[in-house]
Amino acid sequence: MCRWSEVAQNPVIHVNSASRWFGDVQALDNLTIEVPQGAISVLLGPNGAGKTTAIRMITGALTPDSGTSRVFGLDPGGSDGEEVRRRCGVVSAKPSLYDRLSGWDNLRYAAELYGLGRKVDDRIREASTMFGIEESLDHQVGGYSTGMKTRLALARAVLHGPDLLLLDEPTSGLDPESALAVLDLIRQMTGDGQTVLMCTHLLLEAEGLADEIIILQHGANLVSGRPDELARTYWPAPIVRIASSDEAGLHALGNAPGVTSYEQTDGVAVATLDRADRTPELVGLLSQRGVPISSVVPFTPSLEDLYFAVRRDSGSTGDEIDPPEDSSGRPVRDSLPTAA
Amino acid sequence: MRNLHWGHVMTVARTDLKQLIQARDFWVPMMILGGLFFVIVPTLLLATITRIGDVELMTQISETLEVLPADTQAQLQGESPEGRAGYAMAVFLFAPVAVIVPLTISTAVGAATIVGEREKGTGEFLAHSPAGVREIYLGKLIASLVPGYFTTAVGFALYSVIVNLLVGPKVGGWFFPTAQWWVMILWVLPPFLAICLSLVLRLSARVKSTAAAQQASGLISLPLIIVAYSQATGVLLGADWVPLVLGGVAWLVGFFSLASGVRSVTRSRLLGVAGGI
Repeated sequence: MCRWSEVAQNPVIHVNSASRWFGDVQALDNLTIEVPQGAISVLLGPNGAGKTTAIRMITGALTPDSGTSRVFGLDPGGSDGEEVRRRCGVVSAKPSLYDRLSGWDNLRYAAELYGLGRKVDDRIREASTMFGIEESLDHQVGGYSTGMKTRLALARAVLHGPDLLLLDEPTSGLDPESALAVLDLIRQMTGDGQTVLMCTHLLLEAEGLADEIIILQHGANLVSGRPDELARTYWPAPIVRIASSDEAGLHALGNAPGVTSYEQTDGVAVATLDRADRTPELVGLLSQRGVPISSVVPFTPSLEDLYFAVRRDSGSTGDEIDPPEDSSGRPVRDSLPTAA
Repeated sequence: MRNLHWGHVMTVARTDLKQLIQARDFWVPMMILGGLFFVIVPTLLLATITRIGDVELMTQISETLEVLPADTQAQLQGESPEGRAGYAMAVFLFAPVAVIVPLTISTAVGAATIVGEREKGTGEFLAHSPAGVREIYLGKLIASLVPGYFTTAVGFALYSVIVNLLVGPKVGGWFFPTAQWWVMILWVLPPFLAICLSLVLRLSARVKSTAAAQQASGLISLPLIIVAYSQATGVLLGADWVPLVLGGVAWLVGFFSLASGVRSVTRSRLLGVAGGI
């Protein structure tokens, strides 16, 4: 994880009020984002939220219709484009590989365009070994599995030692095992001081990986920041979830000392407390009244909880992303404590 | 505007050519086309003409040659009717092969080159790469030119050997290529190839699919083939300075057409998000 004390003051990426239209469709709507150096930032949002367009604007592949974009303090859409792109490594949603060429030739093509010079062969070997594809480099990419293609695309992206890695749905189409391996590799890369900006609509993928999240919707930035800080914004007080078969008995929690709000649905009480150490008192209270308790779970908001809370606050239906489900198949967000 | 990075140009061109070499389904038909026009058809026709035993038929063919301009008739070598007929066929009849083969092959390659990147998703890689759009355009242009011109050069060499082996003994020795053929190959053909490719690459950058690019480029290249063919014929038949001047004009048009064609390649087109595609 990123050590925030070491994060530089100047953001690597600074997009300011950028808008971009494709015909009648607005892909970005006054988007403002900042990505700190040496951190993993995750762009979260449903399909069509503008994540890919944002990545394309950061490398200068697209220019904003209005607003500005600065990467390393340079203008990627202008005369600094080559310099910016040389310092970026990109893995796009589709691997963007040349199927008729071998893995080696794909890497060599990138190495030559990124100006690796005499170091080409050594760097190709290093990058392919890092991603475990060194044995397959002589084969045509058309015969690679999806996982191997993703690994090759990742190897190509890091080949030239970029300062900034832009990953657009890097685990798309991978089996869970390969996806985990790829996420581990991404984590390793930031250890060398590289900055990573990753797009995903898979919330579980971002959990535990993101130093900072940026939630996009309809091309605009709904909210951004460190997940724990954002969670404190939405759930400033501790919350506990207590389940019992005695629904009437649970109502005693509503008047208990230290409980600032209380809801109950289907035998699960969700109580917001003034202090976290109130929980034993509440359990004691229910026990005294003979209310059987089946579970007591302190609520720790996950990234998914946060995501849906943000989107609920913004008035979104959230239908574009499937919410997580509990063991009964019910969407979890329906039973989540309401954010402050 | 930043300086052109020729390393990028050659890298793009080399990689495209490498992919073409891997695409057997593409180059085998092209080899057959070149072989048909430069080797098989000339061999069959010239072998038939020079070995025919029918005196009456040869006399008729010789009489046909009298419709050629006087200057051209004066160029015909050989004493025997079959020698003169063979010479005329070798030098004048096969002008189209030098035009059709390179234009057809280069058009086929060029039509797929940019839209193909978009269709395969590899345009995304190029759009994010440090290569400039001018460098990508020039790389694609070279990769489209080389197969057509290379096939023509090899075919031309084979054609020269065939012609000299079959007709040479009848006209007093090896005579091919003639000066007019050098003019055609080096002066007339390249600018037409350039004009054709500049139009085809523009199309390739703008259309939605490779199939659409192939169809549209066929419509463009056909009239150009006709014009180039008439130019080539004019040169071979020795129509004074006109073909040479028109060849010069074609060079100018080709140069400006190629230069302005650079604008057709943009990163948004490589990504497939430009207006209209």
